[in-house]
Amino acid sequence: MAELTYRDAVARGIAQEMERDEDVVFLGEDVADAGGVFKATVGLLEKFGPIRVRDTPISEQAIMGAAMGAAMTGLKPIAEIMFSDFFAVCFDYIANEFPKSRYMSNGQLKCPLVVRTGNGAGSRFGAQHSQSVENWCMMIPGLKVVAPSNPRDVIGLMAAAVRDPDPVIFFEHKSLYATKGEVPDGEIVDTLGTAAIARPGKDATILALALMVPRALAAAEKLKAEHGIDCEVVDVRSLVPLDTQTILGSVARTHRLFTVEENPRLCGWGAEIVSIVADEAFYDLDGPPVRITTPHIPLPAADILEDIALPTVDRIVDRVKRSMNS
Amino acid sequence: MATVENRAQKPAAGINDDIGEATRLELYRSQVLLREAEQRAFDLFLQNLVKGTSHLSLGQEAVAAGFATAMKPGDLSFCTYRGHAHTLARGVPVEKVLGELMQRDNGLMRGKGGSMHLTSAEHGVMGSYAIIGAHLPIACGAAWRAQYKGTKDVSVCFFGDGTTNIGAFHEALNFAVVWKLPVIFVCENNLYMEYTPIASVTAVKQPAADRAAAYGLERILIDGNDADVVYRTAQDAFAKARAGAGPSLIECLTYRHSGHSRADPAKYRPEGELERWKERDPVKVYRERLKQFGVDDKAIAAIENDVRKIVDDATEACKAAPMPPLDLLTTDVYADGGFAWRN
Ligand SMILES: Cc1ncc(C[n+]2csc(CCOP(=O)(O)OP(=O)(O)O)c2C)c(N)n1
Ligand SMILES: [Mg+2]
Repeated sequence: MAELTYRDAVARGIAQEMERDEDVVFLGEDVADAGGVFKATVGLLEKFGPIRVRDTPISEQAIMGAAMGAAMTGLKPIAEIMFSDFFAVCFDYIANEFPKSRYMSNGQLKCPLVVRTGNGAGSRFGAQHSQSVENWCMMIPGLKVVAPSNPRDVIGLMAAAVRDPDPVIFFEHKSLYATKGEVPDGEIVDTLGTAAIARPGKDATILALALMVPRALAAAEKLKAEHGIDCEVVDVRSLVPLDTQTILGSVARTHRLFTVEENPRLCGWGAEIVSIVADEAFYDLDGPPVRITTPHIPLPAADILEDIALPTVDRIVDRVKRSMNS
Repeated sequence: MATVENRAQKPAAGINDDIGEATRLELYRSQVLLREAEQRAFDLFLQNLVKGTSHLSLGQEAVAAGFATAMKPGDLSFCTYRGHAHTLARGVPVEKVLGELMQRDNGLMRGKGGSMHLTSAEHGVMGSYAIIGAHLPIACGAAWRAQYKGTKDVSVCFFGDGTTNIGAFHEALNFAVVWKLPVIFVCENNLYMEYTPIASVTAVKQPAADRAAAYGLERILIDGNDADVVYRTAQDAFAKARAGAGPSLIECLTYRHSGHSRADPAKYRPEGELERWKERDPVKVYRERLKQFGVDDKAIAAIENDVRKIVDDATEACKAAPMPPLDLLTTDVYADGGFAWRN
């Protein structure tokens, strides 16, 4: 066991897979010499050399296309897109190329790659460097989508993503890079498509992802201590495949559902889950499901504005308490 | 055609020059096959047996035949929606291509891809891409793999003149040069992007060749209607790529005889343009070349008859082939063979 930052877990996760399999290669802007703009890939160049860890031009389409061409011919590339907002300039690969080549070719082509990217708000970067865009990817048949909330999951889900035969979009949260967590020694390999019960509870289920997980956990502690409401917090971890069994199982026990989503409200992942619960577990519910989200706005830069845009611990507490008491 | 630099044209030394008789007969046969198969696709469309859209390469056969003939097994082709010819030229059976166009179960992808997405991995055809420019970076990635693994395989990426104006073209060119990748970019300049003359939307006269200098590449502009010229140019580019000397960008001047896609009567073309280009029809040009070299009419006719029979037989096989089974709808979305997104 060692305490590791989320940032260092990224480098360790990639290194674990590069050591295991020499077909794993890594490319992106500023990732090699500079160790990444978030310093999440420091040391990889020194360890694996410039043939396997490669700096690219500012060419997001070339990065994505090169990863795809390498993947379809036998390598296992990990590509970095510095900020997830930049998906918009290479979205063709995310929407049209990675996820459709297997289907269109009737199984002749494969696309086993990982795109890792810095996602989410909290850095006061404004509207074009702060978004939570996991729902851009979740809606596309053929992709898998994960978003770890802690260092251990970063390593385990990275391993699962690299070893997976399908294209995986790996959302790292920028505001979690500096956070720390206990990580076991040795190889860590997790499973895609599994949610985790981060805190058991009996009165209500709170679903959260990435940065919203620690906030949901803090809110749950407050709700218990100050209001006697015992919340179960489920870290969704993987949007595709989606672990509906863990989610439905939790709702069946607590009879109440809350989602805490960083994305702007429309078409967030919580909407899909609420619809699944409404469809399959309606009679388990003792009250309406509630989505706690960022409003339908671009994100502002100013700290006092950004802070009230995202779901906060207090907003989660308030919303759960009001709903449970009504 | 005055600006064409036929850099690969060499003094005629008889049929057994650097190209040789066997390769020349192969080049002719390939062009005739592409011509007949594309013509058949058009006829089948008129009979309402080819559904959806289709983009024919009638008139552009010399490019496909010249490059494919210069390729080795292991070399990879990346095509556009106008990809029938490049797919066939790699040796994919006509029946598999027509079957896909007719959306039958015997098609290359059993009807799941359609005319614009022909793929035959076993023949090195790594997909046909219908988003303009998308496959240039993908070809770079396949070339990166060859470089990484130390194989001598080369990726060849075919695209049109219009494609030189999209960002992915420029990203891929720069990337390929910086990484010194074994990839060949082949621009088939057929003078139009869909319905718009390329000159009216492009800052330079030659859309690919005039951009080569921006990426430190040699300016290569060739007669794309002469299979010998294409073949020789291709050979040079393959040799460069296999030697580890990096990418090439080749602009082939050519012309499509039919409209952009099946829906296009091509009314926007100036009077006489098609007729002028038909005088330089690549199949005609090459038949005359063979005759000049003393290949007798019988040998030429034998190739043509053989190809016609192949296309006829393929057509009948496709007409008799069943439609795909309905359970194909949800297969191969993910690597487990299905489409499950939840437990
Ligand atoms: C990104 C994108 N924009 C537009 C189109 C529509 N489109 C299909 S083919 C085409 C013309 C392409 O011209 P060119 O590259 O010269 O190829 P050609 O069809 O002449 O072979 C256009 C605009 C597309 N498929 N993808
Ligand atoms: Mg064109």
